Amino acid sequence: MAKTKTWIEPHPHGIHVKPADVWIDPSRPVARAAVTHGHADHARSGHASVYATPETLAIMALRYGVDAEASHNAAFPYGEGFERGGVRFSFHPAGHVLGSAQILMEYQGERIVVTGDYKRRADPTCARFEVVPCDIFVTEATFGLPVFRHPPTSDEIAKLIGAVRAEPDRSVLVGAYALGKAQRVIAELRGAGWTAPIFIHGALEKMCNLYGVHGIDLGELRLVSDTDKAEMAGQIIVAPPSALNDRWSRRLPDPVTAMASGWMRVRQRARQRMVELPLVISDHADWDELTATIAEVNPKETWITHGSEDGLLRWCELHQRKARALHLVGRDLEEEA
Amino acid sequence: MKRFAALIDRLIYTRSRNSKLALIVDYLRHTPDPDRGWAIAALTESLDFPAVKAGTVRALLATRVDEELFRLSRHFVGDTAETGALLWPDAPGAKDDPSVSQAVDALASATRSDAPAVVAGLLDRLDADGRYALLKLALGGMRVGVSARLAKQAFAQAFDVPVDDVEELWHAIAPPYAPLFAWGEGRAERPDLADVAFFRPFMLAHPLEEESVDLADYAAEWKWDGIRVQIVRGGSETRIYSRGGEEISTAFPELVAAFDQDAVIDGELLVRGDAQGGEAASFNALQQRLGRKTVSKKMLADYPAFVRVYDLLGVDGEDLRALPWEARRAKLEAFMPRLAASHFDLSQVIDARDFEDLAERRAGARDAAIEGVMLKRRDAPYVAGRRAGLWYKWKRDPLTADCVMMYAQRGNGRRASFYSDYTFGCWSDGGELLPVGKAYSGFTDEELKWLDKFVRDHTLNRFGPVREVEKSLVLEVAFDSIHASKRHKSGLAMRFPRISRIRRDKPAEEADRIVTLLAMAT
Repeated sequence: MAKTKTWIEPHPHGIHVKPADVWIDPSRPVARAAVTHGHADHARSGHASVYATPETLAIMALRYGVDAEASHNAAFPYGEGFERGGVRFSFHPAGHVLGSAQILMEYQGERIVVTGDYKRRADPTCARFEVVPCDIFVTEATFGLPVFRHPPTSDEIAKLIGAVRAEPDRSVLVGAYALGKAQRVIAELRGAGWTAPIFIHGALEKMCNLYGVHGIDLGELRLVSDTDKAEMAGQIIVAPPSALNDRWSRRLPDPVTAMASGWMRVRQRARQRMVELPLVISDHADWDELTATIAEVNPKETWITHGSEDGLLRWCELHQRKARALHLVGRDLEEEA
Repeated sequence: MKRFAALIDRLIYTRSRNSKLALIVDYLRHTPDPDRGWAIAALTESLDFPAVKAGTVRALLATRVDEELFRLSRHFVGDTAETGALLWPDAPGAKDDPSVSQAVDALASATRSDAPAVVAGLLDRLDADGRYALLKLALGGMRVGVSARLAKQAFAQAFDVPVDDVEELWHAIAPPYAPLFAWGEGRAERPDLADVAFFRPFMLAHPLEEESVDLADYAAEWKWDGIRVQIVRGGSETRIYSRGGEEISTAFPELVAAFDQDAVIDGELLVRGDAQGGEAASFNALQQRLGRKTVSKKMLADYPAFVRVYDLLGVDGEDLRALPWEARRAKLEAFMPRLAASHFDLSQVIDARDFEDLAERRAGARDAAIEGVMLKRRDAPYVAGRRAGLWYKWKRDPLTADCVMMYAQRGNGRRASFYSDYTFGCWSDGGELLPVGKAYSGFTDEELKWLDKFVRDHTLNRFGPVREVEKSLVLEVAFDSIHASKRHKSGLAMRFPRISRIRRDKPAEEADRIVTLLAMAT
């Protein structure tokens, strides 16, 4: 079996797969990038070649102008991949957002999985996380502290619907990250029987359309900018978090400010953001999911990237698991969690 | 506990006062005794469980959670009660959700040695939100923005009883306030308050808007810039209440000890200052004594407190509030010799010939502790709250300074999308702009829109919710007084600053200098 440290090398700006000269989620332009998913802290513009799932490539085309059709880029559906420099790369569902993938690399009998971001619970907008056995498991740790335990999503959605019905003269404005969280909140609402039109901020329109093209039915969406104020009373509005307390929100009927994020578990965090209705809905694994996943994958070694590395590292130590923190830079999309 | 936990959570995230009020009203109406009484006592920080402290909770958590993981979590969350609530492992099986009163009983009867077991037993019966409520109940520090005043208003609104009556009864009855709820719901008579040092709601004044008043109808007194207090002796106890009805006796033990007469007085609490030759010092000096649970000997010596007495509400068991001001004043003057002159003096009536004379004296008043003039109708009884035409406050004309906007912060509630709180500064001798104050009022809605746009168009830096702006806009700031302060880099602290005008016409270099402001300091 190959010696791990000789063929894969973590750097502050990404993970370098040396025999293939491919970088995983590099934060600066490189010749060849394998990208786990479309969020800006993992997918950057400017790479000569991008390898990703078809959905992720489509998202990168929309957000960063990457040419998804160009021959120097390549799209691989889940379970498929490519070989380069003796390394076999393949993409497997991570359950984070549409198109999100774990990347499995096999080289001389050794298997390494880089999760990117992931979660374990069901999400109507993307394929569910699959456990991929490996020797080295490179896991995210956004919520790597035992205070983070996300409640059932259905409870949070029920809270949201309850708040709209409680004050029919007002509206509820949900802050949700533009890629993934916004579409998931909308899809979860549909699943809970909310059939009324959902009003969206203009910044969400293209991404919601892209989800539609990929078969995710979000029901009737209308733009806030095309709607009279009075029409939105008793309705749900979805906008990027940055719009919550911005001038834009003045066009809504007396909105109750909600925010869908795993950070909402901590009361003072929610207060600082001036949120009135915190919704603990996250696209990242919570503490129990992180620790259960490590136990289930059962790697020889766990590498921990971005988030509360110290907490997860401590857990590994307590459970006699070999682990290290990678300290990658630029992985701090707080709004997206 | 579920209902109480839900109430706390809603209060945490609700910023508007009226919405908070509505939440408490609903809770009081729909929650049985004694839970609602304990809950309202907890919200107003009126409970204390000496055997249960933050250290108890930390030690307890160490038995269930790895210490290092607790330390990392506590660091992230920033609050022991919340960290504990989130970290405590869910006990298996159904949770029977103890009531607030069961929790209070258990916590109150806990001893130092069995407190950890008592708290653990309760935590095991609760979910995460319930655990948060329990730990806040046990440790205090609720921080949900509910003052005693708000709680009393909620009670009055919930049961449709006069808030003045609630004010009076509140402090006379201990949590969980069963007789109060029985009275509120019409199940019992108004509780009898004989021999209790209870709070009488203050009589308050409207700002003077008339051109003048006839001094034949109104008596004039100086309005002193301290804190309005009521001192009550009933039974064998003396209590000091602030204007909101909060008891502040422990902060002023020397006054409690010196007030040995069966009486109720209304006055201004002040401290003596060396710079004033032992006379009343500015509000800034008094601030050293406020908000303290215990007072050191040094504090007592450096900032000796006294009360300038305005009114006599009761004496020797007799309630004087229904008497006209003139009759109460005569009784007050006769009563004053019964109090120690070291700690109590009489607020003098200003002997002005007519209104014009009074206006002149007001303009000429230079005393650091004078805030303006009070006008009291001579035939008015002492009634709770503000009543039209009875009392007026006529503050000194505000001072003004031209300052430069430096930072802006977003407001709350209706103003959440506006940059409505401004920090402004004046020029130092070295040509540096130093902050001298912060204001968030004084402008119209139109002006606010303009200021908000100015901030957005002239942002230099962002620090979380705060923006640093280009130092180009001059604001005329009005304030009641200005004092030397070691807490601020400029060495100055303004009292009641507000924006009086936006000076678009004035270049920033021509704004006032710190030395000019220092010359106004009292």
